[in-house]
This record gives sequence, structure tokens and C-alpha cells, in this order.
Amino acid sequence: MNKILSALLAGVIFGIGITLSGMVDPNKVVNFLDVTGNWDPSLMFVLGGAVITTGVAYRFIFAQDKPLFDEDFHLPTLLKVDSSLLLGSALFGVGWGLIGYCPGPAVASIGFRPEEPLIVVVSMLAGLLLYKATSKSQ
Amino acid sequence: MENFTPYTSLAGGILLGISASILMYLNGRVAGISGIVSGILNNPAASEKAWRAAFVVGIIGGASVYAYFFPVNIEPREHVTTALLIVGGITVGFGTAMGGGCTSGHGVCGISRLSLRSITATMTFLIAGLVTVYVVKQVVGA
Repeated sequence: MNKILSALLAGVIFGIGITLSGMVDPNKVVNFLDVTGNWDPSLMFVLGGAVITTGVAYRFIFAQDKPLFDEDFHLPTLLKVDSSLLLGSALFGVGWGLIGYCPGPAVASIGFRPEEPLIVVVSMLAGLLLYKATSKSQ
Repeated sequence: MENFTPYTSLAGGILLGISASILMYLNGRVAGISGIVSGILNNPAASEKAWRAAFVVGIIGGASVYAYFFPVNIEPREHVTTALLIVGGITVGFGTAMGGGCTSGHGVCGISRLSLRSITATMTFLIAGLVTVYVVKQVVGA
């Protein structure tokens, strides 16, 4: 129960943060990526604020033996840069630039402005399942 | 730079950092949206599905309540059709699954751990996004 409540709390703060940050506006995201046009550097402040806060907090957190409600920290086990990482990230970037949504803002927007985000999230889930299906068959 | 919002964007970013820190400190988990959502569908364990679903419900709830008190104004976009949203959404879903993360998992949590994979992934999707927007605006002219 603790794990569910703490995830819910983290989610609520994430939802408020992503909305306040402006990232839920796909125009703002596209303008951030449009460096030769009407460039809006705001998203650098979102990423900067998030990375500095998390970076400082992680130093303290990883000095602990384990998280409060679990036996271990669940960190990615893959360490090598491989072709899947590069190709997958490149594809993600293309999709991000095309529609102005990455997964967080798309999910967050469902509750207050569902038209576009709902289509995006359902399509995202389809893309995710498509990858799972194709990567298993190899 | 007419729509530049450094203060609210910085404040929003700090909240994202607090969220990621809470999830790691309490549950030992990376706050990566694509990975968390993926686990709801693909992880067979009910306890895994439960915390992941709670996180997603929290995001939608937090965003909705915030937007209720502080309405978000978003200009409608004419060239973005339903077909484009579907193609773009599938590409984002497929790409984040293949690359093992998105803006939150690689961009925030991974870079905060100084993970080489996450730094590489973030550079890659940023460059791909920049090039895509350039092509759409300057070459296609949308």
C-alpha cells in the first residue's frame, strides 16, 4: 500500500510540474525545437531545473542502503550504448518533433484537454506493443 | 522568443525533479513515463501494475486539478491532422520502447545519474527533434 501511495504522490507532483512547466503545450515544444525560427528556450529551464534537483537529491538517496519501501533500488542494468538505443531515441525524436508530444505531457493532458492527447497516447501504446511484438519475433 | 517562460518552466522542472526524487527515495524507481506505462501493459505482476497505474492516475489527477485552477491556453494547430497524431504517436511509442526511455527516464533521471546511455539517448532525440522540426517548417513549409 505504501508503494502505491508514494507512486500516487510522485505522480500528482509530476502532473502539476509538467503542466506548470508549459510542456503540455505542443506548440511550445515545437518552438523549443525550432532553433532557426521562433525559438523558445523555456524547455531548457524545465530540463535544467529537473536535472539539478534530481541530481542533488539522488546523491543523498543513493547514499542510503535501500529505498524506504523496497529492498533495492531498481536501476537500469544495461550500460552499453548500442544500436537499439540510438535508433530508438532517433525515432522518438522524429515523432516528438512531428507532433510536439513526448509521453509525460501526453498522459498528463488527458484529464483537462483530451482531444489530441488521447489519440497520441493510444497510438503510443500501439507503437510500444508493436515494438514488443517485433523484438520478440527476432 | 515572445513566449519565453523561464520562471514557470524552471519551477515546473524543479517539481518534476522532486517527483523523480520521491519515487527513487521511497520506491527505488526511475520516474520514466514510457517505462512505467509500458510496465502496466507488459509486466505480469499485479503489484507492478498497481504502483505504475497509481503513478499515471496521479499525473492525470495532478495535471487536471492544476489546469482547473490555472487554465492552460493552447493555440489550435491547423496542419496537425489526426493521421499525423497517430503516425507520430506510434513513432514515439515504438522509439521509446526500443531506446529504453523518453524525456523523463533518460532526459531527467538518467542524466541525473550521469548515465552514458541516457546522455547519448537525450542528445540523439534532441537532435532528431530539431532536424524534424527544421524539415517540417523550412522544407515542407507547414
